[in-house]
Amino acid sequence: MATLYLSLIVLIPLAAVVLRSMEDGLSGFWAQVTTPEASSALKLTVVASLLVALINLVMGTLIAWVLVRDDFPGKRIVEMLIDLPFALPTIVAGLVLLALYGPSSPLGVDLAYARSGVVVALLFVTLPFVVRTVQPVLLELDKEVEEAAASLGAGRATIFRRVILPSLLPAMLSGTALAFARSISEFGSTVLISGNIPFQTQVAAVSIFGQIESDNMTGAAAVSTVLLVVALVMLVALDLLQRWGSRRG
Amino acid sequence: MIRATNVSKNFGTFAALRDVSVDIPTGALTALLGPSGGGKSTLLRIIAGLETPDSGTIEIGGEDSTKLSPQRRNVGFVFQHYAAFKHMTVFGNVAFGLEIRKRPKAQIKARVDELLELVHLEQFAHRYPAQLSGGQRQRMALARALAVEPKVLLLDEPFGALDAQVRKELRSWLRRLHDEVHVTTVFVTHDQEEAMEVADEIVVMAGGEVQQVGSPDDLYERPSSEFVMSFLGPTTRVGGALVRPHDVDLLPDPAPGTVAATVQRVVRLGFEVRVDLLVDDEPTWAQITRDQARRLAARPGDRVFLRAGTADIAREVAV
Repeated sequence: MATLYLSLIVLIPLAAVVLRSMEDGLSGFWAQVTTPEASSALKLTVVASLLVALINLVMGTLIAWVLVRDDFPGKRIVEMLIDLPFALPTIVAGLVLLALYGPSSPLGVDLAYARSGVVVALLFVTLPFVVRTVQPVLLELDKEVEEAAASLGAGRATIFRRVILPSLLPAMLSGTALAFARSISEFGSTVLISGNIPFQTQVAAVSIFGQIESDNMTGAAAVSTVLLVVALVMLVALDLLQRWGSRRG
Repeated sequence: MIRATNVSKNFGTFAALRDVSVDIPTGALTALLGPSGGGKSTLLRIIAGLETPDSGTIEIGGEDSTKLSPQRRNVGFVFQHYAAFKHMTVFGNVAFGLEIRKRPKAQIKARVDELLELVHLEQFAHRYPAQLSGGQRQRMALARALAVEPKVLLLDEPFGALDAQVRKELRSWLRRLHDEVHVTTVFVTHDQEEAMEVADEIVVMAGGEVQQVGSPDDLYERPSSEFVMSFLGPTTRVGGALVRPHDVDLLPDPAPGTVAATVQRVVRLGFEVRVDLLVDDEPTWAQITRDQARRLAARPGDRVFLRAGTADIAREVAV
């Protein structure tokens, strides 16, 4: 029953996309993926996603740290706001960002139709992932382990590097992988602010949409397959990381 | 010597320590004994620098350590729940303090091997803490604390998380280890049997204050208060006085200084026999040997004569 459900919902559609992309054979697939438009969209998507995942790895860990270890007025509100980018329909996120960082920005920061706009949109949408994976691990960390390290002579920086960081690392990396996977598939939040200029600000998901609109189903399927493979590689890497973490935990 | 002088500590409105002054002798194995919430763990953590006292001073080996950070106190600390570095091997855990001190690699290896042998974990050097039993983890934690040759070794309920069998093994092992290593050691426990068996000196703490300091014999024979007496062993009341049940003599006939009692119940517990009694409608009990019980041959409802001896009287009878 579970297998049937999984097949209907996940496996068959995925297989269909892969098959569709191979309709003109492997060389046809390659030709579709390497058209200037498709390859530039894929490149932008992967590079921007990597950048975003890295930035949110650092910032997300920092925010989780502050939320767990520090006390400040309004902490509960911040705690709730963290999930907002995740809960918000992404198109609304895109609208908000366009209003704030668009041509009529009240802050005087215009990121519209620029790659930096894409990055900001992705940063916004993927912020919760690292925060929410690191936070519970940080909460569970045994204070006594840090005290043990301190009484053995370790200073604060050493305690962080040698005791805390290794415990957080699996969670940090899995949060980063999730943020990356989300970034490569992001559509709604980037579609408004990027302006979808081919060769410049068009991300893969929007490029797929464009190809479908212009009736190039094979091309759309080919780009989709590439995204699928990248996501799969990320998930396998994530799984390996978690095994590595649990062997040591 | 570790000297605490007028140490007080409050957590919110709760006074964990009230003006505590105590000297802990160098080279000895000292127990901080008392009920939970009595302040003993707080005192231990203040000695280690893991808590700061609200007032008072701590001297370790003649040096005022009150304002020293835990890093600079050179104490070894062992936690109830091991506080193992989970992502490091047993070797890595024990080597940690030496690596912080930037000792040469060969020297670290030699020292860690020596310690692992001392705590009987030499075959487990490359395991992770998760692959060890509780007792093994605690021995690893002990080796880790000893690695940096601390001036004092502090153990906070070190056997509290272990099951009864392992706990008994480890405490006699700790005693033997201390006889080998001779480092000034303080351990916190709420188990009087553990303190009596292991410690040279016991500091009884309750209500954030030191109740009495002395050797196990001192405390047992000459408790300074009813609290200390009842905390260190079984007690019962005879005519308003607190006595040890094994210091109560039961005689078949009246004699000078005896009071009449009615036998309620006779319970055999292996070597010893517990006799529940009523004296003037007040319940009390006596702990006698099997031989004594046979000679007395008392049954429920019988009338016997009871003499509540002091410790000295008890000794005469035993001879």
